[in-house]
Amino acid sequence: MLSLLPRGKGPVLWVQDFLSRRENGAPYTPSLAAFGLEQPVLLVTASHPRDVLWTMEEGASCAGLSAVIGEVHGGPEVLDFTATKRLSLRAEASGVPLYLIRSGDPGGLSAARMRWRIASLPAQAHPDDPQAPGAARWDLELFRARGHAPGRWVASHDPDKRQSPRAADRLRLVPYADDGAVETGNRPIPQRSGG
Amino acid sequence: MLTMERWKRVIAQYRSVPGDEVPVVLSRDGSHGPVVHGLSAAAMARGIEAGARVVDVQAIHPDLHVEPADLEGDEALIQRLVHWARRWCPWTARDVDHGLLLDVTGCTHLFGGEAAMLRDIRSRFALQGLTARTAMAPTPGAAQALARFGSGAQICGAEDLAAALAPLPVAALRLDAQTTRLLDRLGLKTIGALSNLPRAALMRRFASLKPDRNPLILLDKALGQAPDPLNAPPDHRHFMTRSRLPEPVIDPAPHLPALVEDLCTLLARAELGARRLRLTIYRIDGDWRTLGVATARASRDPAHLRRLFDGKLENIDSGFGFDLLTLEATDSEPLPLIQDHLDGKRDPSADVAGLLDRLAAKLGSDKVSWSAWRETHKPERVEHRVDALQGTPAAAPTLLRERPLRLLTPPEEVRVIYAVPEGPPSQFNWRRVTYKTTRHAGPERIAPEWWRDRPGTRLRDYYKVEVEGGQRFWLYREGVIHDGRGAEPRWFLHGLFA
Repeated sequence: MLSLLPRGKGPVLWVQDFLSRRENGAPYTPSLAAFGLEQPVLLVTASHPRDVLWTMEEGASCAGLSAVIGEVHGGPEVLDFTATKRLSLRAEASGVPLYLIRSGDPGGLSAARMRWRIASLPAQAHPDDPQAPGAARWDLELFRARGHAPGRWVASHDPDKRQSPRAADRLRLVPYADDGAVETGNRPIPQRSGG
Repeated sequence: MLTMERWKRVIAQYRSVPGDEVPVVLSRDGSHGPVVHGLSAAAMARGIEAGARVVDVQAIHPDLHVEPADLEGDEALIQRLVHWARRWCPWTARDVDHGLLLDVTGCTHLFGGEAAMLRDIRSRFALQGLTARTAMAPTPGAAQALARFGSGAQICGAEDLAAALAPLPVAALRLDAQTTRLLDRLGLKTIGALSNLPRAALMRRFASLKPDRNPLILLDKALGQAPDPLNAPPDHRHFMTRSRLPEPVIDPAPHLPALVEDLCTLLARAELGARRLRLTIYRIDGDWRTLGVATARASRDPAHLRRLFDGKLENIDSGFGFDLLTLEATDSEPLPLIQDHLDGKRDPSADVAGLLDRLAAKLGSDKVSWSAWRETHKPERVEHRVDALQGTPAAAPTLLRERPLRLLTPPEEVRVIYAVPEGPPSQFNWRRVTYKTTRHAGPERIAPEWWRDRPGTRLRDYYKVEVEGGQRFWLYREGVIHDGRGAEPRWFLHGLFA
């Protein structure tokens, strides 16, 4: 998902609440660069999900940023339908891509334009070492989107070509490139649940 | 002199000052222990000299009263005095050894003549508890020489400059000790004797000395034959707006917009922008409360500065009300007028700076940070955070080895079952869930740098491990068995791969 970010010059605002930092750890920016995120990362640690939402709203209205990424763990009360609606309206007004990563989400209403469920899959074979895991693969499920049919793909990242993930269907048929619409059409707010 | 007088003034606020008959010296750190820095009149009368070692002086005078000198405080006072002295003339500068130089050209008549002005200067310093030795001369070099070595109130015109300087010792030219001693040995004890020598001989003898130590050049400057301009520091500019209220009120919010507006007008006139603002409310019970905000880059946009106070004004404790509030720019930077884009687009970097200010003002400046990088082996030490308001974004280094997307801080200990003690884990238990590993890569051995290698520090063997569900983890074993640095090695989970 990170490689879908536009290649802007502006920094990326990454907001975490305390709980998601403890549960999922802090993003390690040098390895983000391997996924195409080469902009400087402005990391904000908030103590409450309410502050995360406030920061994301502030960031979404700032045209100098190339993306806003927020992380909220669990299903706090403040993150309701109204809050997500506010976020997506802000993002659409300014054109800043806005992503909300939710771990341990019990499932609820959300006004996000796109909601993804992402899980890890066993990696591809390592070209040199049969014992070692190779390139990572994920199970992507687009379970709610405006203007898109829901679907499920197996995705892996191709670092050499610096393209967006090649998506394949779950039967691993011939992969085809399909993600331009994700980037340009709507501002997606993927929702991630599970690991 | 200033050191001692300031010390007395400060100390009198806390405890009783020793009497005049007690010899007091102030000490500073020398290369071989404390040395005498300032002396009281009684100590001077006993023949103690500045620069002597305190232990030596104490051995000779057992009743000596020794106190530490406050060098920074003295320096701060003299810097303040430089600006305070602008009450007499607009062009003042600091001289060495607690001296002040005032360019009073064209100002003396305002104080009733030269002699009256010197009297005024001395009496005003005396009101502060400081003794001033003054002199007036056509050149700074001559003035300081006459002030330090003359009668203390000498006024010297351009025509009798050479005559006034002639009886003074050569040390009055501010030569270093070595040159003074050399001139002394040559029998040149006064400035008059020095100036009678042929210039060519002096130039040849002191050609290797720097201009600020060269007796010939200093003599020329003192006599006005070489230029010696004064370099006056710029005035402190203090930007403050205040609003005085007829009745005490509780809520500062309605008064803030006007204050910010006025402050921005002041700043705009000076082409400056505020980096740090402080709002102070003076409560009717005599107490006051302050509220500070900072900006990532200089700004004088009233709407932006006002927004920084959002959410903070409610927390200010105004007690039974306040009747005066002030807003001052405690830190400002030059900010020239900038033409906006004609196409109506906004400057993105200004947007980001504004965002930083708002985030730091609301969440606290330690919560908003850029990454900074260190060249080190330990993965968690590679990246550290710098305050977004102070630092600048730096490019990430290129990684030589694969690193996880997320790091757990601190690493979490896991229980591990392994096939071979030095090998990868076959099963581990993290957060009460058991994971069976299917594939692994590694080990990658990361040892601390030798200069960080303490007796208890152990090396780490990192494994990238994939478990049955497909998740990929970064585990390490701290130390190896029988490395003599502790018990059985423990396992930690340090990061999560994508």
